[in-house]
Amino acid sequence: MFSRTRLVLGLQPHLALNTRNNLARNTLVAHRLISHSSCSRAEHDPHQRRVETLTSAIGERGGHHAHTSHPVDAQGNEMNPYRNGPSALDKAVHLFFFTEIIRGMWIVLENFFRPPTPSCIHLKRVLYLPAFVGSTPYVAIQVVKSVASLCEAICPAQAITIESEARLDGSRKTTKYDIDMTKCIYCGFCQEACPVDAIVETQNQEFSVENREELLYNKEKLLANGDRAEAEIAANLHSDHVYR
Amino acid sequence: MILELNGEEILRADPHIGLLHRGTEKLIEYKTYIQALPYFDRLDYVSMMTNELCYSLAVEKLLNIQAPERAQWIRTLFGEITRILNHLMAVLTHVMDVGGLTPFLWGFEEREKLMEFYERVSGARLHAAYVRPGGVAFDLPHGLLEDIFKWSTQFGSRIDEIEEVVTGNRIWKERTIGIGVVTAKEALDYSFSGVMVRGSGIPWDLRKVAPYDKYAEVEFDIPVGKNGDCYDRYLCRVQEMRESLRIINQCLNKMPTGVVKVDDHKLVPPPRAMMKESMESLIHHFKVGIFFSLIFSEGYSVPPGETYSAIEAPKGEMAVYLVSDGTNRPYRCSIRAPGFAHLAGSDFMMRHHMLADAVAIIGTMDLVFGALGFTNVLGHVRPPRMSMPNEGWMEHNIRVLISADPVCIETRKRITCL
Repeated sequence: MFSRTRLVLGLQPHLALNTRNNLARNTLVAHRLISHSSCSRAEHDPHQRRVETLTSAIGERGGHHAHTSHPVDAQGNEMNPYRNGPSALDKAVHLFFFTEIIRGMWIVLENFFRPPTPSCIHLKRVLYLPAFVGSTPYVAIQVVKSVASLCEAICPAQAITIESEARLDGSRKTTKYDIDMTKCIYCGFCQEACPVDAIVETQNQEFSVENREELLYNKEKLLANGDRAEAEIAANLHSDHVYR
Repeated sequence: MILELNGEEILRADPHIGLLHRGTEKLIEYKTYIQALPYFDRLDYVSMMTNELCYSLAVEKLLNIQAPERAQWIRTLFGEITRILNHLMAVLTHVMDVGGLTPFLWGFEEREKLMEFYERVSGARLHAAYVRPGGVAFDLPHGLLEDIFKWSTQFGSRIDEIEEVVTGNRIWKERTIGIGVVTAKEALDYSFSGVMVRGSGIPWDLRKVAPYDKYAEVEFDIPVGKNGDCYDRYLCRVQEMRESLRIINQCLNKMPTGVVKVDDHKLVPPPRAMMKESMESLIHHFKVGIFFSLIFSEGYSVPPGETYSAIEAPKGEMAVYLVSDGTNRPYRCSIRAPGFAHLAGSDFMMRHHMLADAVAIIGTMDLVFGALGFTNVLGHVRPPRMSMPNEGWMEHNIRVLISADPVCIETRKRITCL
């Protein structure tokens, strides 16, 4: 019975539901169902708690359609609101033959036969401008005689820790260089800050590891990263140097 | 979100936020101006570059500088790319919440292409840290504009496809027309912005009202709704994507050559070649004696003052209220996220709707909780009930913030006058 009403009414299915005694019943049910616990009322200040009776008004809201008044012309005569719209026949055809749904489904079907767009994630390493960011930083500390530790200073997430000691000839040598990759936000500022390209970012996208310690990079691990990706890093630096 | 229900009818909605609170505003007070920038990417993580732009404009206003022409055009271009990114997400997740999965997947394909542009220009797909105070971080890579042009030629028909499937669909119409109606008065009372206010028939867009960057030099229209329901807002968003496409094409045509950063190496780092080759630059750039680059280790000092600079983010009016006390860190940074006011209106929007309509209404508000989880008292549209009912919230808030600091007495006087 219900499904048949729905089919016939088409666009206005809930007209069938808005009977008057529903409203009265709703009000009664509403009163019973409203939770009175202070938490769910979410009035955090007990002194200012408003006494608010919640009543059902679904009947008043009526159909979903906005009420529009009839248009009036310059002389004040009521105009036919359907004047410029489609004819009743058009609308009936639209309603019963599901034209817009069929057209939509046709588009969906068309898309089945489109050539697929390659997913950018897989192409990234081949195709793109070597990314400035997004990757495992590695450090080559040996090239730096005096440790500037600008990367440590700029790091917004404070993921980098550097300790250094003075050498006999007065220069400084890094004794500790840690990057906490769980803190790193991949902003790339460390790479920008380094005047000698001691810290750069590689194209590594996989950071899934088995335990947390593997993401706490120390000097040895970072240098090993650097050795592993040496050619790639050199190529990236070369192709990026125009833009930096 | 706590809903009180009568059967399936919503009697009251009580949105709760703060579950994604990361203390952004407070953290920024302890960062230099450049370090604070990446935080903005992470607020509204669907429209990254507009967040950065908002912050950059605020800092630029305090520094009294202006980004070079090309940088402004790049910002406008990427601002509109961001708008499309955001609206694709907003519209299509809305459709998906209501039941249509297919267009969502198409939209995400387009988003993927757009994020590729993000990546090519900044190196990161999402958290770009590209728009900086004083310009943009890097120049556009070679061939990028061509690819954006190629993309833009086909994107129009993607919007048409999405519209063909969604706009006329009777299920979609049934679920959105008349749902979550916001009258113009309500929209203003609740300080709605963006599509939420335009959908109700108020032509208000900061790009037109107070143009920043190059919006005064491009042609575009502001779609305005009529009924203020979810369907009108959906139509506005779709049309805004088309307008963004128009702006993108104009940006491509008008993109000038030139520098992308201001020519002040106290504010932006010099190019690497210059830094490496010129010793003079090195001395200028570094503290002599100690190998500490000023710009990276200590940042730059910003003259004391305050600014409220707002932009039209895809979700609405996004603003940064920045107080500087003359040091290298912001004294106070307060962020106005558009979604906060929209969420605050969820009670009146959802009342006496069905439970399933709550989903549609949340979808139409275009919420990203990253952007409103952080919001502190300054985001409130009403005075918070808990504290000092007799005092204005603004006054109370600011007094707590800066009363202790003698440097800011002048600033404080001005703020309490508000």
